[in-house]
Amino acid sequence: MTLFALSRRDLAVFAVFAVVVLAMPFWLQPLGAAYPALMQKFVISAIFAIGFNILFGLTGYLSFGHAAFLGVGSYTAVWSFKLLTMDAIPAIFFAVLVSGLFALVIGYLSLRRSGIYFSILTLAFAQMCYNLAYSVLTPITNGETSLQLTLSDPRLIDTALAPRPAGLPSASLFGHSFSGLEGFYFCAVVLLIAFFVTQKIFASPFGMMLRAIKSNQTRMTYTGFNTRPYTLTAFVISGMFAGLAGALFAITDPLAGTERMQWTASGEVVLMTILGGVGTLIGPVIGAWFIEYFENIFSAFNESVVHAFFSFLPAEIADPVALVASKFVGEGWQLTLGLLFVLVVVFLPGGIMEGVRRIGSLFGRRGTPVSPGAARAQPAE
Amino acid sequence: MDAILAQLLNGLDKGGAYALIALGLTLVFGTLGVVNFAHGALFMLGAFCAVTLRQLITLETVVIDPEQLSAWGSPLEIRTPLAQTWFGDFGAVLVDYSVPLSIVLAIPTMLLIGIAMERGIIKHFYKRPHAEQILVTFGLAIVLQEVVKAIFGPNPISQPIPSAVRGAFDVGAMLGLAPGALTYPMWRLIYFLFSLGIIGAVFAFLRFTTFGMVVRAGMADRETVGLLGINIDRRFTIMFGIAAVVAGLAGVMYTPLLPPNYHQGMDFLVLSFVVVVVGGMGSLPGAVAAGFLLGILQSFASMSEVKQIIPGIDQIIIYLIAVVILLVRPRGLMGRRGMMES
Amino acid sequence: MTNLKGFSRRGVLKGGLAGILATGVSPLIFSKGAYAQEFCNAPTGDTVTLGFVMPLTGAYADEGADQQRAFLLAVEHLNGEGDGGMIPTFSSKTLTGGGILGKKVVYVTGDDQTKPDAGRDTARRMIERDGAVMISGASSSGVAIAEQALCQEKGIIYMAGLTHSNDTTGKDKKRFGFRHFFNAYQSGIALGPILGDAYGKDRVAYHLTADYTWGWTQEESMIAATEALGWKTLPPVRTPVNAGDFSQYLTPVLNSGADVLVLNHYGFDGVNSITQAMQFGMRDKQVNGKDFQIVLPLVSDLMAKGAGEAIRGVYGTANWDWQLGDEASKAFTKSFGAKYGQPPSQIAQTSYAQVLLYADACERAGTFLPSAVIKALEDYEFDGLGNGPTTYRGSDHQCFKEVYAVKGKDAPANPFDLLEVVATASKESVTYDPAIFGGELGPDTAAAC
Repeated sequence: MTLFALSRRDLAVFAVFAVVVLAMPFWLQPLGAAYPALMQKFVISAIFAIGFNILFGLTGYLSFGHAAFLGVGSYTAVWSFKLLTMDAIPAIFFAVLVSGLFALVIGYLSLRRSGIYFSILTLAFAQMCYNLAYSVLTPITNGETSLQLTLSDPRLIDTALAPRPAGLPSASLFGHSFSGLEGFYFCAVVLLIAFFVTQKIFASPFGMMLRAIKSNQTRMTYTGFNTRPYTLTAFVISGMFAGLAGALFAITDPLAGTERMQWTASGEVVLMTILGGVGTLIGPVIGAWFIEYFENIFSAFNESVVHAFFSFLPAEIADPVALVASKFVGEGWQLTLGLLFVLVVVFLPGGIMEGVRRIGSLFGRRGTPVSPGAARAQPAE
Repeated sequence: MDAILAQLLNGLDKGGAYALIALGLTLVFGTLGVVNFAHGALFMLGAFCAVTLRQLITLETVVIDPEQLSAWGSPLEIRTPLAQTWFGDFGAVLVDYSVPLSIVLAIPTMLLIGIAMERGIIKHFYKRPHAEQILVTFGLAIVLQEVVKAIFGPNPISQPIPSAVRGAFDVGAMLGLAPGALTYPMWRLIYFLFSLGIIGAVFAFLRFTTFGMVVRAGMADRETVGLLGINIDRRFTIMFGIAAVVAGLAGVMYTPLLPPNYHQGMDFLVLSFVVVVVGGMGSLPGAVAAGFLLGILQSFASMSEVKQIIPGIDQIIIYLIAVVILLVRPRGLMGRRGMMES
Repeated sequence: MTNLKGFSRRGVLKGGLAGILATGVSPLIFSKGAYAQEFCNAPTGDTVTLGFVMPLTGAYADEGADQQRAFLLAVEHLNGEGDGGMIPTFSSKTLTGGGILGKKVVYVTGDDQTKPDAGRDTARRMIERDGAVMISGASSSGVAIAEQALCQEKGIIYMAGLTHSNDTTGKDKKRFGFRHFFNAYQSGIALGPILGDAYGKDRVAYHLTADYTWGWTQEESMIAATEALGWKTLPPVRTPVNAGDFSQYLTPVLNSGADVLVLNHYGFDGVNSITQAMQFGMRDKQVNGKDFQIVLPLVSDLMAKGAGEAIRGVYGTANWDWQLGDEASKAFTKSFGAKYGQPPSQIAQTSYAQVLLYADACERAGTFLPSAVIKALEDYEFDGLGNGPTTYRGSDHQCFKEVYAVKGKDAPANPFDLLEVVATASKESVTYDPAIFGGELGPDTAAAC
């Protein structure tokens, strides 16, 4: 059973986390976000972010190309649907496998350099993947039109077992097709598994080794220790998490578009991880939820809401104030996000988690370290 | 042969833009040691200097004539440009030449923006790791582009070429080819010459002024220069401002070629970093050479003859070169030995 | 860690139990409401919600802005506000300004960023969160096809906006999706003879094509139409959507031996590529002893406005033009112009018509039930929405009506007098056999909501 063993503290964290995730439909209700499409995104982005954090948080290698693995995962999953079966398990299996292979190749090459060169290498590889998916690989990816299911897909396994249904099928698990809220619970369970795996990695000697590499790679090398296999393993695991997230996107909505591979999508996962707290277990999840909430709910605030908010002021003051404020909400949510991000990087390098810890220690309690390695991102130079 | 020459010209004007952006980026990296992900945003801000000036000088008075209806049923609006009422024909000329005129506006504006950025945020990050510099400047880039979006809206705003240089120029005739065999848009030729001019000015400034000499010394060994009692920090701040001006001017002159929009900076950012690493981090001549080289290679890769041999090469050539350079010769074409090699 | 074994086992059990509880029980609680209603998002109160998804950013953002204007105008007219626009001229007289089936029309709008992924995401939000009973919009066929497939899955009617790809009502047609706009194949039929008359039978064409479903099918249709005239075609070149600078693709054109450039670009892409082609001096050139020409097979007023002088004398096709003389077009232009101070473009007309057609179909069916609405729309014949007598063909959900060949005006009389209709292809001439594009509509029921 040691395989499933966790320290008492990790176990408590896991239990609380499980309750919070599974109870999402309840506590998101008053926040106006309890609809399946958004909750699915909450959960899937969280997987993407904790996977990214395994690389960046533990080793300090800043990848700007993780969206490529997510895209590869999505395309693989949709092809698994088209060719084999609508069952989610093979889709996930193949997506993780293929994105892992991509990560192996790209990681092997990129990890020959560190620091900014590593970032630019991952960026260049990801842009190559994106541009190829958009142009010459169109027979595989369907380019800008995006890859979808059609009625005439072979679906070899499904059609061998049962006659074709009339319409487009949705993803299934052991013959039970699901969508909407069931889709959310499926993703939520996958998130819990992914979270558990991450906890194990953080607590393992392997995780310790990665943190040692982050704090001083040169010293590690001088002791005659070859760090590359460790960083490469972290890179591949992280790429597989991204592939998993991509597969789940395809499972909840069987369509794969090229734009989810663009480098700005990679930038978004960086934002999530930093905002939440890089190197911590929970931080990236919180960052992911924060950004998804901003993008989907906060962005819907319009000027009339803002005006109502400032209506207690006299009109001469309220109007200009509301005009300025309205630039920060609704369509302007990204401005607020950008400002927040800059503030976090400048004043709170540990992200929201560090903020929570600081507030905690303000109240006299000895702030319990959320997890080892929660310190600010270190360079891998 | 004509086809290859035309493609070469196309590469030179693309390369001019790449070289200018990479030059500014390298100035910042070489002097301050800062990896500036907001550099693309400076290019975009420059472009919007041109938009602002044009919007100012094309301000109109609108008189609504309720008696008359337009063909689509709303009251007829009679618009009179203010520039024309005030300056007559000269006003019309002003409007026509709004893009080159914007240079006058862009230089002080970009200098101020650059200095403000450096004093406000960047200087706190000199000692922080590169990863954090990337993050903070990336955040800054988002803020800048969103501010522009909030003011100018999300859509591109086209800027006209002055009517005198609107058409194509017969380059072939100059080279002794048959007339009409090789023509190229005049503004693109101007852009190429303009980029050469700016590059020359920057190099001359660093080479022949005392200021430039101190900065170059500082680039080589910051501490010693500081020990000599020279305020190197203030000079570096000004260098950041100059880098911003270079990026901004590149943006101003680019507006007639591509209507600027708020995320233009992000589109150029990746490309410009690739140019910088190909040239060699911190090497000014490297940045310029790599800019033109990549522009030309990209243009040639777009030819059908090339694409038939290697499909899709036009889409990835720039990144491919960057990857190969980084793996084989990480200091780039002209970078100093040991510069960020590990 | 071994001493914590006991805890861990219990923990795993707990976690597992929570998972089982959650997956097994909660869906029942939550989706009861969804299954209790007879179909997805059936309007229950005294309002009915429509979802409008438009490109407010991206390469087709200009079109999206006009589309939004038209949608808001249509809602106004359905609710009995304003002058009613085309409701009085519409051949069906079911719409009385009292909303749809007595329910006031409310709407939600969203941005599709001119990207299929984002558009589908927005549409999904409208269906799941906002309870939209119908989705309309899109200015890109890639987006339209993605949203149409989503609506088929969810069982929501999709009234496509501006989508010109043959695939929308061809290979990718859906039972729940309907298209009022014409398609690339019809453009080829309408434009072919005009090009033959103007430019002769002996031409070499060079195609620059937006690299997605619309570009591909328009390229195919234009090649078929021009090769039927005797033209030759050089290998087409694909360009990314929102490429911005097309110079590297335009540079090879002049030395290729081609004497016609066909730009399969739309929105800002079309504006950029045609202005840049003008900067290359292409229209002043002589190639093969003939004047070099540019063709823009799908053109809108908004593009013409963006391109300015570059559009003058260029041929293309359009779904509609505000200067058409019929009563419906005049009424719509007047209503739109009075509200927004500018005439509507073709996307505004098709989007407005789609909302009216949906509302009318609900009225005629007497219900919002999608299967009944689909029946009401299939093979429906109508008139008075600006395109003359029109048929919504049941076998592919494509509208058949007149198609207009247009030309950029040489001397515009006002800032919106940009295109002139030079020929009208009759409804019969642009009707084709649906079998040529294949595809399957699928069922009129949907499992998921």
